[in-house]
Amino acid sequence: MNPTNQLYTLAWTFGLMSLFAVGGALSAIPEMHRVAVDVNHWMSDRQFADMVAIAQLSPGPNVLVVTLIGFHVAGVAGGLIATLAMCGPTAAVAYFVSRTMDRSRDAQWPSLIQSALVPVSIGLMGASAMILGLSAGSSWVAGVLVAATALATLLTRLHPLLMLAVGGCLGFAGVI
Amino acid sequence: MRAKGPVLNSDTTVTSKAEAPGVVTLFFAFAKMSLMGFGGVMVWARRAIVEQHKWMTAEQFNETFALCHFLPGPNIVNLSVVFGSKFRGIPGAIAAFLGLVLPPVLIVLCLALLYARYGEIEALRRTLAGVVCGTAGLFLATVIKMLQPIVKQRSLVALGVVAAVFAAIGILRLPLPPVLLVAVPASILLVYVMRKRAVP
Repeated sequence: MNPTNQLYTLAWTFGLMSLFAVGGALSAIPEMHRVAVDVNHWMSDRQFADMVAIAQLSPGPNVLVVTLIGFHVAGVAGGLIATLAMCGPTAAVAYFVSRTMDRSRDAQWPSLIQSALVPVSIGLMGASAMILGLSAGSSWVAGVLVAATALATLLTRLHPLLMLAVGGCLGFAGVI
Repeated sequence: MRAKGPVLNSDTTVTSKAEAPGVVTLFFAFAKMSLMGFGGVMVWARRAIVEQHKWMTAEQFNETFALCHFLPGPNIVNLSVVFGSKFRGIPGAIAAFLGLVLPPVLIVLCLALLYARYGEIEALRRTLAGVVCGTAGLFLATVIKMLQPIVKQRSLVALGVVAAVFAAIGILRLPLPPVLLVAVPASILLVYVMRKRAVP
């Protein structure tokens, strides 16, 4: 595929995805995985997981994993276009909805829709966790590390970054 | 769950205790929140907007957050646009959005460059594999936290929706748009019916 086509594909893929990212960027990870690994074969399972991890390690909104995917496909232009496509359409929607909401304040439907979307986004987050967990490797040590991180997050107030660092050190030491 | 909904008194339109921020201030305020936000910017956004600058009251922030959460797309991106436009219209929305996204995008592009060059080195691969495990653990913890209120309420309907979406996306690996086009209306209908039943 030629470079202009790649940019075009990135733009419409992520532009469409942004409108379906219910519950935020992390809920869209299974769809990103499907598009980048299974459908377009832009990267391997492991590379995809690496990019999600790098996005978690860096500051800024979680959505920036699409910058890494875009860069991988089509360089700096790809990274910028993927980011804009993932943020632009929903930003426009947010702008117009907030304008109309300011006028009609006591509508009943926002609370209804909100309660309806919560279980949907939990299901999506669960799928994100599983897809990432599967690409983390099939060794039992990897499984234990995933579970230990989850427990530490739930039971302690340690900074998430610290836990990623511990995981990185264990990986570097060749434990996994 | 924030069950409060949009029942707020009418004075929420009175926005500022502090002076309304200009375009340049918006850019730098969001850039700062963004660069402090490891693993999520929302906490820092609340701290800066409500506590530090007092641009919004806690209720106003919650209301804006709720709106941005139920709209599709990255929540914090939506928040930057809604917040910026509230004070300075479209230029304000663009300034807040660029402040939020531009600095971390530059950082991430540098990391992408490093990954493209050194990603296949064995030591880095091992290290990243460990970070991937950590990230999966963080996601798992988020899911468990979000599930807790549903489990406490014994809401079998909601648990059913969670399980169905998880199976369709995580196990069957179906495309997201058709799954949502079925799951979202179904879930809305279920919640609606449940509420009708709850109020005799």
